[in-house]
Amino acid sequence: MIGLVVVSHSAKAAEGIAEVAAQMGGGNARIVPAGGDEDGIGTSPDRIREGIEEADDGDGVVVLVDLGSAVMNAELAIEMATDSEAVIADAPILEGTLNAAVETTSKKATLDSVVERAEDARDYRKLN
Amino acid sequence: MADAETQREAVLDALDNVAERLAEEKEYLTDLDSAIGDADHGANMERGFGKAADKRDEFAEMEPNEVVKNVGTTLISNVGGASGPLYGGSIMFASQELEGGITAETSVAFAEAYLDKVKDRGGAQVGAKTMVDALVPAVHTYKKSIEQDDLPPLEALAKAVDAAERGVAFTVPIKAMKGRASFLDWRSVGHQDPGATSTLFILEELLETAEEYLDGEVDRDARAEDAVGRAE
Repeated sequence: MIGLVVVSHSAKAAEGIAEVAAQMGGGNARIVPAGGDEDGIGTSPDRIREGIEEADDGDGVVVLVDLGSAVMNAELAIEMATDSEAVIADAPILEGTLNAAVETTSKKATLDSVVERAEDARDYRKLN
Repeated sequence: MADAETQREAVLDALDNVAERLAEEKEYLTDLDSAIGDADHGANMERGFGKAADKRDEFAEMEPNEVVKNVGTTLISNVGGASGPLYGGSIMFASQELEGGITAETSVAFAEAYLDKVKDRGGAQVGAKTMVDALVPAVHTYKKSIEQDDLPPLEALAKAVDAAERGVAFTVPIKAMKGRASFLDWRSVGHQDPGATSTLFILEELLETAEEYLDGEVDRDARAEDAVGRAE
């Protein structure tokens, strides 16, 4: 199954998003939160790399990110996690993770299809 | 060029000098960063390079390029924020250019690889009020001085530091287009970029170290006085 890693500047935000998305995935999705850094608010390439390794069962990993350094540290973590195939989805972190979680539980899910579903969330409007 | 042992000593001394300088400049960098960022650049850089310098014994048996690579990975784990990948990730990536040892030629390749990685990772071009504004003039000047003007590396590095100084000054009157400072929009104008400034400090320490290892005096009078734009 494709794994998901949720990278937010806040460890709590990453955990909360993973929690909501896990419910959407019917409890079967592999979602690992990797938020915050040693000082609290921030992102850590080492934490993200560990998250990728934990989320990967061999089928690959899609990484969801919030802003700024989350993107750079996720790129770096992917370069460091040489045994895992991982890609970043260019999607809003909460909605993207929910979409991706649903897709990963599909039998036909691929890295591309999970990224695509996550990125569909870019166009969501909340008021009509 | 010097043997591998001397090269390693030079790299380790450069690391010490950079760590010491960034510790001295911690408050100054923090002041710059508190004006347009999140006030952590001084502490982040001091911590990252300090941790790397603490590993001097661990690095004592490594090839020069391996030392440089390990400095990069130590920065990645200890600097934090965007500076971890920008400084540490780029050093780690560029270190492969030094596999055959440190020569004028490989140092140009290292500088170019470092600049390419910073630009690629951060997505900033010249004029965005970032470290790129110091790096681009420094790296271009260094490359041209070595490859076209056949200058000795020490002289080329002195010219690169001079170019970086002017790049740092250029960050003051322009608006931030990248990073957290860009959220301030026009309010970022009039402030010196902390990343460009720490980049200059690192280059100045590389020059300082190179002067100890390479023969020849640098004509310091040809260079602008100290760091430009320093708070009066």
